[in-house]
Amino acid sequence: MTGKYSRQELFAPIGPVGQQRIREAKVFVLGAGALGSSGAEMLVRAGVGELTIVDRDILEWTNLHRQQLYTEQDVIDQLPKAIAAESRLRAINSDVKVRGIVADVTPENVLDLFEGHQFILDGTDNIETRLLANDAALQLGIPFFMGACVGSYGLTFPIGVKEGSPCLHCLLEALPPQSLTCDTVGVISPIVVTTAARQTAELLKCITGAQMEPRLESVDLWTGERAAMDVHSMKKSSCPSCSDTPTYPYLSANEVIRTAVLCGRDTVQLTWPRNRQVELLPFAESIRGIVSNLKQNPYLVSCEYNAHRLVLFCDGRMLVHGTKDIMVARKIVAGLLG
Amino acid sequence: MKKMIDLNGKTYSVVPEVATIQQLLEHLGLGDRILIVEKNKEILQKDHYDTPIKDRDQIEIIHFVGGG
Ligand SMILES: [Zn+2]
Repeated sequence: MTGKYSRQELFAPIGPVGQQRIREAKVFVLGAGALGSSGAEMLVRAGVGELTIVDRDILEWTNLHRQQLYTEQDVIDQLPKAIAAESRLRAINSDVKVRGIVADVTPENVLDLFEGHQFILDGTDNIETRLLANDAALQLGIPFFMGACVGSYGLTFPIGVKEGSPCLHCLLEALPPQSLTCDTVGVISPIVVTTAARQTAELLKCITGAQMEPRLESVDLWTGERAAMDVHSMKKSSCPSCSDTPTYPYLSANEVIRTAVLCGRDTVQLTWPRNRQVELLPFAESIRGIVSNLKQNPYLVSCEYNAHRLVLFCDGRMLVHGTKDIMVARKIVAGLLG
Repeated sequence: MKKMIDLNGKTYSVVPEVATIQQLLEHLGLGDRILIVEKNKEILQKDHYDTPIKDRDQIEIIHFVGGG
């Protein structure tokens, strides 16, 4: 056996039948940061049929120590992660139909984005987006392989892979007002790879039709602590996301500019509602005289303004770097856009 | 006698002032986290965190984090 996937097919639980199922799988990777990079690379090497990877962000020097798809040149070119990921993944395995999409996943677009895929790998960096993805995946009936990590600690849980198993909303009950992020406690690459490996292994098991026994698992690579829980008793018959009469609360959109502080960065993101999008070209022209270092490519406009770097994306989002204060970011944007 | 428990797969010596699960969580600096606790392979509901810790209890704690 000399084929590209011969060593994977030799692995008895996969075999030629499992490899054919992998070949036909359409996978969505939610986020092209650390977990998304690592998981997407494994899935593309495994030979999935189609892989869509979505990310809202552009590359930064601080990403390179753990986001394995990217190079220094990608950072210098200020590429959106989804674009750099797409070209790297295509170069790794031309069998796979890879599509990178530069977008923030929101209540407005999440169902459209997920539609047409059979498995979702979690590579997002915040719990709010995970709960949004949980609702959307449950509504569409697509398994969602949750993963999260900070510091040397990571956790995983597959959702929608077994009848009667709880969803993320069952486990969390409420969105925590604050959670640990790469911004507050840092992160090392080994836990990224370990967490992504666990997510991807469960996903490959699911593709190949293996018996799924969903467990909530965690590991700390620095302290050696680990845990694995059977959480089926936490399934709530009244859960708004996975009961018999779900309302999918995280899918309800709102009509105001939404803000988020980004993990791992001193950055605030503002998202305009669909009917109030800011156009790239007119925006660039309107600020040319008052900002410095104005740069433009088909995906974004970036500039320096009052010691903050601003990036406006074509999908109606702006990143305000150099602050974690939402009000500071709103003030800058109000100052530029009225 | 000092209590020894199994905490997330490692042997852990419980200080005398920690008597319950809630006190253990606070002692570990996890008091305000979103977490799930398992004691001797049973998930512990939040209103049972006043459960006393006994010698050789097997306790697992998983807390939720944002990053990725
Ligand atoms: Zn649920």
